[in-house]
Amino acid sequence: MISLSKVFKSFGPIDVLQGVDLSIERGKSMVIIGGSGTGKSVCLKCVLGLIKPDQGLITVDGQDVQTAEREAFLARFGMLFQGGALFDSLPVWQNVAFRLMRGSLKRPKEEARDIAIEKLRRVGLKPEVADKFPAELSGGMQKRVGLARAIAADPEIIFFDEPTTGLDPIMSGVINDLIREIVVEMGATAMTITHDMTSVRAIADDIAMLHNGVIQWTGPVADMDQSGDPYLDQFIHGRAEGPIEAVR
Amino acid sequence: MNFIGMLAHLGRTVMALLAAIGRITLFALNTVKHLFSPPFYGKELFAALVQIGWLSLPVVGLTAFFTGGALALQIYAGGARFNAESVVPSIVAIGMARELGPVLGGLMVAARVSSSIAAEIGTMKVTEQIDALVTLSTNPMKYLTLPRVLAATLAVPILVAVGDAIGIMGGYIVGTERLGFNAAAYLKNTVDFLTLADITSGMVKGAVFGFIVALMGCYFGMNSGRGAQGVGRATKSAVVTSSVMILAANYILTEAFFSA
Ligand SMILES: Nc1ncnc2c1ncn2[C@@H]1O[C@H](COP(=O)(O)OP(=O)(O)O)[C@@H](O)[C@H]1O
Ligand SMILES: [Mg+2]
Repeated sequence: MISLSKVFKSFGPIDVLQGVDLSIERGKSMVIIGGSGTGKSVCLKCVLGLIKPDQGLITVDGQDVQTAEREAFLARFGMLFQGGALFDSLPVWQNVAFRLMRGSLKRPKEEARDIAIEKLRRVGLKPEVADKFPAELSGGMQKRVGLARAIAADPEIIFFDEPTTGLDPIMSGVINDLIREIVVEMGATAMTITHDMTSVRAIADDIAMLHNGVIQWTGPVADMDQSGDPYLDQFIHGRAEGPIEAVR
Repeated sequence: MNFIGMLAHLGRTVMALLAAIGRITLFALNTVKHLFSPPFYGKELFAALVQIGWLSLPVVGLTAFFTGGALALQIYAGGARFNAESVVPSIVAIGMARELGPVLGGLMVAARVSSSIAAEIGTMKVTEQIDALVTLSTNPMKYLTLPRVLAATLAVPILVAVGDAIGIMGGYIVGTERLGFNAAAYLKNTVDFLTLADITSGMVKGAVFGFIVALMGCYFGMNSGRGAQGVGRATKSAVVTSSVMILAANYILTEAFFSA
């Protein structure tokens, strides 16, 4: 359903993506792993059209994302940003219900608020949080509010950029289960970036490893441990020694 | 540096300047374009009106008050050399309405508003909030830029008019309390000399300055570099550029209105 082909992107002298080829099937959960700074977030933003690749083609359902009608295209997506990216001028519930209060999905305020509180509950946040402002929350709570916002309008395609980074192990478990649930129950297509191997095993159908600007290895999660790929092995086991240099 | 090197440097600077003017012009056209297509964000507009108009009143009022007072003292001292002290009321009124009200008001708003807009939008950019807006099917130009630019264009003329009145009052207080003018005569003199055109020309200037201030704040905020340093630079550029543009626009508008 989502396909990237020969995607290149540089920022000035830094070549980030150097020919990424990747495809994600409908209803599958794809996890992207890779060292920090390898361009995983850039990859997701390219699919959303937030960053324009220098070269290459990205399609969703066969349609080029560059030429798609933006409003309809983006209405299918939910995105959790790495830093949360909550609007700090709005209280938590209005952040979560942002899409439900404007544009084509607009509905009455009370209804939007009820949905927001329900989504907050699903990410493990109490209703009291709804009226706080993002700046009053801890980093992990902000992350979960971001997650609630990403799933608020029940999107078909969901991107999670490091959903469990900064969370305690129990909360990570809750979020992993939630992501799995969204994919299984709602039939959504998910693309998740994570460094956390527990998460990988909990939520992935397929994994892809980004290294040196290309997809170094991709395949079903079951094949991960017998891939024979030295890069992937080093990453999975978190070894300092191996083909991936520790100083990047 | 050799001569060719200097020429190349000059060329690059001029090209960069022209490119920036082009980008700002496109940004302005893009902003205005959104005025004609829904959705409109009324709540954002109202918030911006409060922030830019209402909350700027104290700063603009104080500036105008002291300027009016100082102006009265200066004109009195200058006029005394030609036994022309009686011109104080009319020159204070005309000076405030035509030049000092709009220019000083505009500069104070540039300092207060364009910096805060640039810092706010710049921070939103740096923390991916602008990207988040886009993914939530909300156009940042419509949601952030247009309400601020529209609010400033509407509110600054009113600020200027209020500033004019306060400045003239400052002159009046100094004139009657310090310089011994007769209160009734001072007021009559002011009213007799001040024309509607003096006031409206100042308000038109105010509208243009308001547009410039908010536009520069939004432009530099939206194009902010990464990190705290990027936001700092965006804020500085917004204030400096809008101040210079206000003074340049003021000259052009004065030529247009008053050169016979
Ligand atoms: N908007 C940008 N401007 C310049 N450089 C960027 C931008 N976004 C990302 N980069 C650079 O691209 C590289 C990859 O970033 P990113 O995708 O965020 O890494 P990660 O894999 O950790 O998510 C980094 O070197 C980063 O500095
Ligand atoms: Mg990242």
